[in-house]
Amino acid sequence: MGNIFDILGPVMIGPSSSHTAGAARIGLIARQLFGRQPEKATVYLHGSFAATGKGHGTDKALIAGLLGMLPDDMRIPVSFDVAKEEGMEFTIENKDIKGAHPNTAQIVMEAEGVPTMKMQAHSIGGGRIKVCKLDGIDVNFSGETCTLIIRNIDEPGRIMDVSAALSKAEINIATMQVFRDKRGGCAVMVVETDQVIPKEAIEDLESKPGIIRVKFLDPNGVE
Amino acid sequence: MSYQSMEEAQLRCKKDGIPFWKAVQIEDVNERGVTLENSWKQMTGMWQSMLENLDAYEENLVSQSGMVGKDGGQMDAYRENEKPLCGDFMAKVMANALKMGCNNACMKRIVAAPTAGACGVLPAVLVTYYREYQVPEETMIEALYVAAGLGQIIANRAYLAGASGGCQAEIGSGSGMAAGAICHVRGGNSEVIANACAMALKNLMGLVCDPVAGLVEVPCVKRNVGGAVNALAAADMALAGITSKIPIDQVIDAMKDVGDKMDVTLRETGIGGVAGTPAGQAVAEKLGM
Repeated sequence: MGNIFDILGPVMIGPSSSHTAGAARIGLIARQLFGRQPEKATVYLHGSFAATGKGHGTDKALIAGLLGMLPDDMRIPVSFDVAKEEGMEFTIENKDIKGAHPNTAQIVMEAEGVPTMKMQAHSIGGGRIKVCKLDGIDVNFSGETCTLIIRNIDEPGRIMDVSAALSKAEINIATMQVFRDKRGGCAVMVVETDQVIPKEAIEDLESKPGIIRVKFLDPNGVE
Repeated sequence: MSYQSMEEAQLRCKKDGIPFWKAVQIEDVNERGVTLENSWKQMTGMWQSMLENLDAYEENLVSQSGMVGKDGGQMDAYRENEKPLCGDFMAKVMANALKMGCNNACMKRIVAAPTAGACGVLPAVLVTYYREYQVPEETMIEALYVAAGLGQIIANRAYLAGASGGCQAEIGSGSGMAAGAICHVRGGNSEVIANACAMALKNLMGLVCDPVAGLVEVPCVKRNVGGAVNALAAADMALAGITSKIPIDQVIDAMKDVGDKMDVTLRETGIGGVAGTPAGQAVAEKLGM
């Protein structure tokens, strides 16, 4: 169970912590992982998100998150208009995703010059979420603490490179998970840290061989 | 580690000679590794947000489904023009509970307490009292710690989500939290707070979660009124020296037991209860849900 501000809070736009605040968080974390505002987003809603999403503003909240809005942003109800103003194209469809949590959204993000990204996440209640798939690879993180997401080639030495770089920057690793699609294929490292990782350390990681993409999620920063 | 029982929290209060709210604040500081000032500032933010959110109510706004929105304004007009059965103060409490419930349904800003669906109970009790009796703001923020501490014990022993334990876990918990909080404002000690919370929880035990068309509108908005009025009644009983014959921790455990036995159609699925009535089904059909 969370702290007292999970009981009294969050401050959010209604009507539902799981279907509205959680949906906004999913959109926001997708944007953070993508690293920028997508030019085009395709959103798929599954289960209860598909069945009661419209009445709960789940669709508006997801788009709001993709536009960088926090769950208490007053513009959530008009996020479709904001998307139009900012030139972000989007479509929202219902989709049955086998075995997925009832409150699941899948988001495909596209922008010129960057690889397309596909993320799947679900809302677990109280405005909290879990990211469960990244470009087809199973992952499991919430983004509630400082989280480093590294995409790398599945080969020897990559985990050591990352831990060495973090050690050099005096960053303590709280938890570390590694996932891959197949042996020697694409891997994802999810590293939760006790400190905010400085920009230089991230650039250092990006320059290492076998590392494809590095993304740092700061729970207290929007971008 | 947060308090697993009220008994544990009360022991702490006695041992250190501190009020319940302080025991909750100290645990928050330990748990999150923040300073006392930082914790207080964050709680002050919650309080100020409650005040602002209540004032942001628009009486002509209706929810997307069209089912709720004007109720707060209607209650205000009735209170001003007629003589409410419950008296002027209680009528204000009811209006404020409706306003927050409507704000939530109309996608305006709210403080989930403990959930979005139950967001009206705490501000209806606390903000109305604050404005009626000009209490120092610090006392109200202390009261929010009381509410949060009680909510955390409920969360640790049972649950706060309608999907898990029915509406007794949402409005019921909100009502118990508000009952304890307002007792603190009136000078009640941790025993009084515990009794008020226990009585509020018992009065709403078994309440099912049956949202029409799965939306946080019917019966949720009006249940905030039920939760707020019940909180004040329980608080008055506790302040009168009436005690709960079942200790609060056991009441919470009983609530969990009832929730576990509750059929899934009565736990936020939009199938049973008033959602399953012909009128409820007709709404769901009309909205395509």
